[in-house]
Amino acid sequence: MIEIGLSHYMVLSAVLFSIGLYGVLSRRNAVGVLMSVELLLNSVNIALIAIGRYVGGAGATGQVFALFVITVAAAEASVALALLIAIYRDRGAVDVESATALQG
Amino acid sequence: MPPSADFGLTLSFYGLATLTVVSALMVVSLRNIFHAGLFLVLAFIGVAGIYLTLNAAFMAAVQVLVYGGAIAVMMLFAIFLTRNAMTQGNLSGRFQAPAMLAALLIGVLFSYAFLMANWASGKGAAEYLPPEQVADALFNQFVFPFELASIMLLIAMIGAIVLARTPGRETEDA
Repeated sequence: MIEIGLSHYMVLSAVLFSIGLYGVLSRRNAVGVLMSVELLLNSVNIALIAIGRYVGGAGATGQVFALFVITVAAAEASVALALLIAIYRDRGAVDVESATALQG
Repeated sequence: MPPSADFGLTLSFYGLATLTVVSALMVVSLRNIFHAGLFLVLAFIGVAGIYLTLNAAFMAAVQVLVYGGAIAVMMLFAIFLTRNAMTQGNLSGRFQAPAMLAALLIGVLFSYAFLMANWASGKGAAEYLPPEQVADALFNQFVFPFELASIMLLIAMIGAIVLARTPGRETEDA
């Protein structure tokens, strides 16, 4: 069997990113869009930690960056869910196609 | 490293990668948003396992705590609070094909770029990074962003409270 290396993790990250991107583009439920965004952020974290593990001289930088990504993701999720609940209260739905107040 | 350890790593990587990718596919394709949320938790746990295969034990613990715990619970609460959303699934029709095309294109391009890239791998790479070293980097080299992150979390918390508050009940006498 081939030894697992950086390229394995990077391809896994790319696959996870494209799945998340598909979810962001195709989900109609805003909660579904948020869940797909979390998948995107997770794929980026895999790439960061894999590079920190395999690329010379990276040290702990990859893991520290991934920590910050997790922190920002938590903040993003809380604000987005609050926004979503406000939209739901206003319109009775969380359909991304019904939120057209800012559409020109 | 003995060959058996290598084999174990290979096996666990492929197992966890399959678990993660299948769960992620379920997250974006299931019509029932509640089931999608449960698969999202599974995907988070799979990613935590991937971190373990990368010798990043601290990150795996943080992943389980923050994603598998906090963010997953918040997502499920959002699903429950927006109840009529349970029946809505994916966009039907016109955006489905372009979305799939864009995702495939990005995935292939990224994979190609990552495989072709000339990584400075090998020498100097940290086989195992103990959590002490991560903490050392976090509280010395990156202490300013660390403090900024706490301010950002505070702002996000206040923002979330302001956004989710029931309008017209500012005097809160009930």
